[in-house]
Amino acid sequence: MSENANNLPDPTGHFGEFGGRFVPETLIPALDELTEVYEKAKADPEFHKELDYYLREYIGRPTSLYFAERMTRELGGAKVYIKREDLCHTGAHKMNNTMGQILLTRRMSKPRVIAETGAGQHGVATATACALFGYKCEVYMGEEDVHRQALNVFRMQLLGAKVNSVTSGTRTLKDAMNEAMRDWVTNIDDTHYIIGSVAGPHPYPMMVRDFQSVIGKETKRQILEKEGRLADYMIACVGGGSNAMGLFHPFIGDSEVGLIGVEAAGRGIETGEHSATLVAGSTGVLHGSRSFVLQDKDGQVMPTHSISAGLDYPGVGPEHSHLKATGRAQYVAITDDEALEAFQYLARIEGIIPALESSHAIAYTMKLAPTLGKDKIIVVNLSGRGDKDVESVLQYLPHIAKGGAAQ
Amino acid sequence: MSRIDESFARLKASGEKALVCFVTAGDPDLETTKRVVLAMDKAGADIVELGVPFSDPIADGPSIQAASMRSLEAGTNMPKVLDLVREIRKTTELPLVLMTYYNLVEHYGPERFAKDAAEAGVDGTILSDLIPEEAQTWKAAADAAGLSTIFLLAPTSTEERVRRVADVATGFIYCVSRTGVTGAQISMAKGIGALVARIREGSDLPIAVGFGISNADHVREVCEYADGAVVGSVFVNLIAEKAQSPNLLNEVSDLVSALKSGARS
Repeated sequence: MSENANNLPDPTGHFGEFGGRFVPETLIPALDELTEVYEKAKADPEFHKELDYYLREYIGRPTSLYFAERMTRELGGAKVYIKREDLCHTGAHKMNNTMGQILLTRRMSKPRVIAETGAGQHGVATATACALFGYKCEVYMGEEDVHRQALNVFRMQLLGAKVNSVTSGTRTLKDAMNEAMRDWVTNIDDTHYIIGSVAGPHPYPMMVRDFQSVIGKETKRQILEKEGRLADYMIACVGGGSNAMGLFHPFIGDSEVGLIGVEAAGRGIETGEHSATLVAGSTGVLHGSRSFVLQDKDGQVMPTHSISAGLDYPGVGPEHSHLKATGRAQYVAITDDEALEAFQYLARIEGIIPALESSHAIAYTMKLAPTLGKDKIIVVNLSGRGDKDVESVLQYLPHIAKGGAAQ
Repeated sequence: MSRIDESFARLKASGEKALVCFVTAGDPDLETTKRVVLAMDKAGADIVELGVPFSDPIADGPSIQAASMRSLEAGTNMPKVLDLVREIRKTTELPLVLMTYYNLVEHYGPERFAKDAAEAGVDGTILSDLIPEEAQTWKAAADAAGLSTIFLLAPTSTEERVRRVADVATGFIYCVSRTGVTGAQISMAKGIGALVARIREGSDLPIAVGFGISNADHVREVCEYADGAVVGSVFVNLIAEKAQSPNLLNEVSDLVSALKSGARS
């Protein structure tokens, strides 16, 4: 295993030059407490026993590593396996993390939980964990996303959470995160903030990665069972980057495995209307850590665009920045149109409707697989199911609803 | 001795406390900010903090968030704020502190920024999201340029945190009165006296208390324990409300005079 796999972050939360803690001093004791509670839990077999129980019985793990036979045949190149995180309870990988963090919340005896959400998947996963354990839950969501993802707003409300529509700034995920941080700094005594991605100040990027690494650990075992060897490429979409980090992490030391993160190119990188932080951004400090950021010439964070609310974010987890800087992972971008194409393609070819976020990873797989020989293997992470997106996709593809078949 | 150190020394000698006034630079425009700062100076402000707007101000409440957005929309950026400081510096020796978020410093380049800021006449910085552990680069650059590095402490700060901040802070320590973000409030949080006493155990620097200080009574209350009071959102609110009024500068002056009375008694 390389140093990446085991030793990062360093004790102060740095992945090379990235990571760290860039937050108001008020939050530091809470971050110290969380780090300590997490380190203790990590070393406690009882914690793992309980977490494993919920992962298995409640979330439905392990999720399958499904051989997409028709897709493989159609694309005519590498074998494509799909890691089915869409089959997790609540329909996405997000619960792997919220379940871990809700158990930590209980250990810290904090009765109130807050979260930020973009597409609503992390908000739903947090509201679900809170319902299960009887915690008060408030979710911050940008006003624009509240409209784009109305169904998830109602789901959170059904689960007993209060959804706060955020009207500051660009009214999307970054502003929801700002608002959640402001809530946390105000209610630090009784509140735990469940960050949903591998972003934020230390220990979040490490802790969320560890909870999400169940994806990669299962994949490793499953691909060895099915193929007797590791895959040549692991592909996952990257907004903040939690599903990708969870898939990649157990493979970082396996240098023969290519790691590819797929960002949102929106209307095209050249238009400036995108969310491709690693592909087109630069080093900066946002939301508690140093990482790649989409910023203007003055260092102001730029508005972003993606058809997928979950990728519509100007930052990215610091460990991804490190993987990019060291060349261990490669980052590419897929446009809105390509993602929409992949959304329909997977539905038609495999009978699986992917989340618009995951559609970006599928789209890149559709580009890469045909260029590879039949002896090559790709694993693509299907981080979530697309039910939540069906209504908004309808606006882009009215011809299908009118009874026409897809092209 | 820096202008900040001189100011606290002079106040101590005369038995007064410091009134620190905050204004968001460039809200609604830089010319107004210049006039407001000069009016604050004349009316008795001891130090002025110029907020440099950042797109994602996580430590700020609604008043300063809105002011930051207005300022950014008006095209404010760091070079223009440094020009503003140069302008103000032509007519006054008032200590001037820039308050912002670390990304703007990192993006400018810490060493270049420290040099340019000091040359423009800036005396120190408060970086709301920079803690001592992440401040080595900035601390070295600021020290070399002669800028004070003002750090924050909060009600949640442990003895260890006080010690860490005391190790790197110069100028004064900014003591946050409550857990939360910036913004005016009706009454001051409890326990500020004990908090200030805790900080004094670990540091000899002057201590200014901020967050939620809205009137002369609040200033008087915190000045019982601390060496100064920071008032921000009430000025920002006044400017938001009266930016176009011919009485703006008079009202700013009156507010400064009233608040300063709390720092004299």
